[in-house]
Amino acid sequence: MSFSIQRVGALCLRYIYLLASSWPRLLELVYWPVLNLLTWGFLQTYAMSATNSTLFVGGALVSGLLLWEVLFRGQIGFSISFLEEVWSRNLGNLLMSPLRPAEFVAALMVMSLARLAVGMIPATILAIAFFGFDLARLGIGFAAFFALLVVTGWAVGLVVCGLILRHGLGAESLAWTIMFVFWPLCCVYYPLSVLPAWLKPFALALPPTHVFEGMRAVLSEGVLRLDLLVAAAALNVLWIVAASFAFAALLDSARDAGTLLSSGE
Amino acid sequence: MSPPTAAIEVENLIKDYGPVRAVAGLSFAVAGGSTTALLGGNGAGKSTTIGMIMGLVLPTSGTVRVLGTDMVRRRHDVLHRMNFESPYVDMPHRLTVRQNLQVFGMLYGVPDLSASIARLADELDLTALLDRPSGKLSAGQKTRVALAKALINEPEVMLLDEPTASLDPDTADWIRGHLERYRDRRGAAILLASHNMGEVERLCDRVIMLKQGRIEDDASPTDLIRRYGRSSLEEVFLDVARGRRENAA
Repeated sequence: MSFSIQRVGALCLRYIYLLASSWPRLLELVYWPVLNLLTWGFLQTYAMSATNSTLFVGGALVSGLLLWEVLFRGQIGFSISFLEEVWSRNLGNLLMSPLRPAEFVAALMVMSLARLAVGMIPATILAIAFFGFDLARLGIGFAAFFALLVVTGWAVGLVVCGLILRHGLGAESLAWTIMFVFWPLCCVYYPLSVLPAWLKPFALALPPTHVFEGMRAVLSEGVLRLDLLVAAAALNVLWIVAASFAFAALLDSARDAGTLLSSGE
Repeated sequence: MSPPTAAIEVENLIKDYGPVRAVAGLSFAVAGGSTTALLGGNGAGKSTTIGMIMGLVLPTSGTVRVLGTDMVRRRHDVLHRMNFESPYVDMPHRLTVRQNLQVFGMLYGVPDLSASIARLADELDLTALLDRPSGKLSAGQKTRVALAKALINEPEVMLLDEPTASLDPDTADWIRGHLERYRDRRGAAILLASHNMGEVERLCDRVIMLKQGRIEDDASPTDLIRRYGRSSLEEVFLDVARGRRENAA
């Protein structure tokens, strides 16, 4: 039996039923992006009146925040859908069904996009309306930045899910915290040049670093730097391939250790 | 003419967890249209054996074939022809019974799914519960829903782990009756792990007694009771668990 769109659809349907039956889950999707936006948006408004720093040109702070949310929520959306199966003790049912790992992962990707849309559309509208976020200025670049960051989020989410399969809910906290390792390194709010020389190679190995550099180039110079997009895309290919191997290895390791039978603590 | 392939074939199956040997060289086969019980105390290797048959646990060595398919390497070729039920796995609580059956029916590629759900609901007395969230059901109702999920694809092989655990005697008896009828109608092979000896005596044609990962005995419930000179399977179970041998006579 080969890859089946119907099975991917079945799992997506399961998550849609879940979201539709639980307004707190829907609210949570919108709550954090909007709260973050309001906090940082007001900070930007205040800072722009106090200084004339190029940091804030074209709404760079709010743009950085929104794209950071895409990266962060992309990973969280992927991992949370998976965790829903562990929390509901449904993982055994799925793993014993004809659902293939690739189909499971595809469904998690689709749901990551759906959850991102629910969370980010209201935040983006607020950013445009109140905090100078200029979607038109980012133009086609925004779509590219969005796609590149989501793929990085999926790669990280894939590794997190593999670790949860192998180590149970003891690894759950990684789903919430792992992306914060990226926060200082991928230069969301400041240029790469700010980092000390010894840290730059680590930063440059992260696809989002190139995306945020690209975002600043668009906002400050009006130039969409294709070299940065290509670098981010190439790194993303490496990351998603490495994450897929890691997920497969962790799944095999979980089968070997017998942890799929008891996907709890 | 080659002999018919058994529904489940286990050969020289070994599973080590680090230094601990959980399963120590099991070999057995389960034919279609029969019900076989795996019996044994805690730690005897029942769950690990069932896990390996499902392909969720990798054997250290040995082979497991279900409907002729190697479960280590090609399990996805055959998973649509098998199913399982266990009280240690739940259906998503917030989804209604109908939604859960719809999702699993799609995963198993069930044709004419609405009709299948309606038929199963009728057979398992779930029609009035179809639009209730699964998490709001009683233990007996949840077990019937889990059984509906286990039957949604009309499996040729069913693996059942404690199928009537925590059920009242009436509901448990009703479920056993349903499983018997299904097995006879479909010619399905059922492998059952249970601590309920009454259930095993009623449902199973054959009992494989496990102890420390090995087969301690393998016979029909009636033969075991006779050979051990006991009046019930429960007494035989205690004999095996405590190391008493069968009647020399």
